[in-house]
Amino acid sequence: MLEALQHNGWTIIGPKVQDGVIVLDEIQSVDDFPIGYSDRQGPARYRLTRRANKAVFGYNVGPQSPKAVLHAARKVIWRGKKNDLKSQETAEPLPHIAFVGIRPCELKAILIQDDVLLRGPYGDAFYAARRKNLFFIVVNCGQAGGTCFCASTNSGPKADSGFDLSATELMGNDDHRFLMQAGSRRGEELLASLPARPVTEEDLKESGALFAHAVETMGRTLDTHGLKELLYQQLENPRWQEVAERCLGCGNCTSVCPTCFCSTVEDWTSLDGSEARRERRWDSCFSVDFSYIHGGSIRQTGMSRYRQWMTHKLAAWQDQFGTLGCVGCGRCITWCPVGIDITEEAAAIRSSAQQKEALDGND
Amino acid sequence: MKKMAKPRLAVWKFASCDGCQLSLLDCEDELLAVADVVEIANFAEASREIQPGPYNISLVEGSITTPHDAERIHKIRRDSGLLITIGACATSGGIQALRNWKDVNEFFSLVYGSPHFIETLKKSTPISDHVFVDYELRGCPVNKYQLLEVLNAFLNQRKPNIFPHSVCMECKANKTTCIMVAKGIPCMGPVTHSGCGALCQSFNRGSFGCYGPKEATNTNSLGGHFKELGMSGDGVMRIFRNFNASAEPFRKESEAHEK
Repeated sequence: MLEALQHNGWTIIGPKVQDGVIVLDEIQSVDDFPIGYSDRQGPARYRLTRRANKAVFGYNVGPQSPKAVLHAARKVIWRGKKNDLKSQETAEPLPHIAFVGIRPCELKAILIQDDVLLRGPYGDAFYAARRKNLFFIVVNCGQAGGTCFCASTNSGPKADSGFDLSATELMGNDDHRFLMQAGSRRGEELLASLPARPVTEEDLKESGALFAHAVETMGRTLDTHGLKELLYQQLENPRWQEVAERCLGCGNCTSVCPTCFCSTVEDWTSLDGSEARRERRWDSCFSVDFSYIHGGSIRQTGMSRYRQWMTHKLAAWQDQFGTLGCVGCGRCITWCPVGIDITEEAAAIRSSAQQKEALDGND
Repeated sequence: MKKMAKPRLAVWKFASCDGCQLSLLDCEDELLAVADVVEIANFAEASREIQPGPYNISLVEGSITTPHDAERIHKIRRDSGLLITIGACATSGGIQALRNWKDVNEFFSLVYGSPHFIETLKKSTPISDHVFVDYELRGCPVNKYQLLEVLNAFLNQRKPNIFPHSVCMECKANKTTCIMVAKGIPCMGPVTHSGCGALCQSFNRGSFGCYGPKEATNTNSLGGHFKELGMSGDGVMRIFRNFNASAEPFRKESEAHEK
């Protein structure tokens, strides 16, 4: 399959072991995949482990998501010369990228970023250009990680749509095989070129059991029922102050989040002032400058910055874009240096609101 | 058309190791371009020709540690249009601010053969404790690209692209794996001002905090987390007390872990 993609000019990006984690990088051959690897994840903790078997996709998401490719951390968006302000920035041809082995939650995150960056009158031309000529081969999850909660956000463990091909890795009866499903015409064509046999009852039974197992073993859960209204009503909950005492304001969560899209622009000049360029780079609502307007920053405290981030992800996003801004990938929990857990914070706010309601009811 | 006079640049040294001003000489490829746009009027590391002021831009390295220097900085301020401090010594007192926790007189007999010639202040203090500073560039030493960027920005009358957020943001932009989460190595990155490009982390080392505190630090939370990673209280005290020991958030955190 990889050869067929390469033959058709696709650059393959997929999972690879690097620096003790599984990252997304260019894949040359099957040997590049993290065969026989897994990981153990918890708040502020990630450890690569070895598996007893030779599963190719037997791990959960690493620190990077396709965002690093589609909405890169830095991008030159304009280049000009003094007395000639027409942009000199020439759009270089972008490689056709096939993402192989991304997870259902990651695909969902791309669809959410599409809603943010493509729709409406102010679509992002750079994202739109990069969004073209992509091929998605999603690998469904047969196991959940310690910080996963995609079952709560309805974004996994199995992808329903948006892919060209989906695969489920099956290893039952010592028969290592992939259950494939096409989601597009291109996917069907690729599938037709691969050695395959029809799906059996046995295959479906095994994959169904895997999904059920993944759902059961989700390391985290998020109760999304009435979450938007709950958070809007709890803007003064003391829990925000409590979490702010732990929050470092370092911006790791927004960097690893596959849906966080905020960026800022900066202008650079040559030393003699004859040339200039404008660059866009990832920003974070955890930086003080992020909310800077004339006269100062609006969100001066760590409390207000954490509250902004979480209420945007789980509440305001629904008003803006019609979905949650969270896909339950758990990256913000794993990669927070002090292990702040968005599901724990949401649950704490819910339970304190319920307690207060009960007390008020007793009055 | 009459050619505009080039802005005059001066580089000054106070208590320091010279590493930051050497960063300017280190700009080998860009040095000629710098010399094209400014007149280097005073830079003892580069030329013995010292021209009198006034200067449009003064780069000040080092901290104030002697009564003589405490006087000298005022004259430099008077002679300078913009005064930009470069490096940890000038912006927070530097490694020599470790003396601030001890009686400096006790060091004299240990270090100097004829201690009676030494005239020094009890504390090492940043330039901003003495005069108004227009811009502070962090680092031990400063990053030469950031130094060029600050000069460039002032020459072109724009805001320097120097960011007060954490080093973590640089790690993530570089796709460097977080060594604290993936390997349990204590790292000052989450409380440290960006600018180095996350150099240590790319070599599997935790940050030393060379660029001092980032904006809005939460040192207390990180100090607690270091202990969870197995660091002793003494270790936490020491990690916060090095090149930027006297910077307020680092000073407070190190003192909180002092026995």
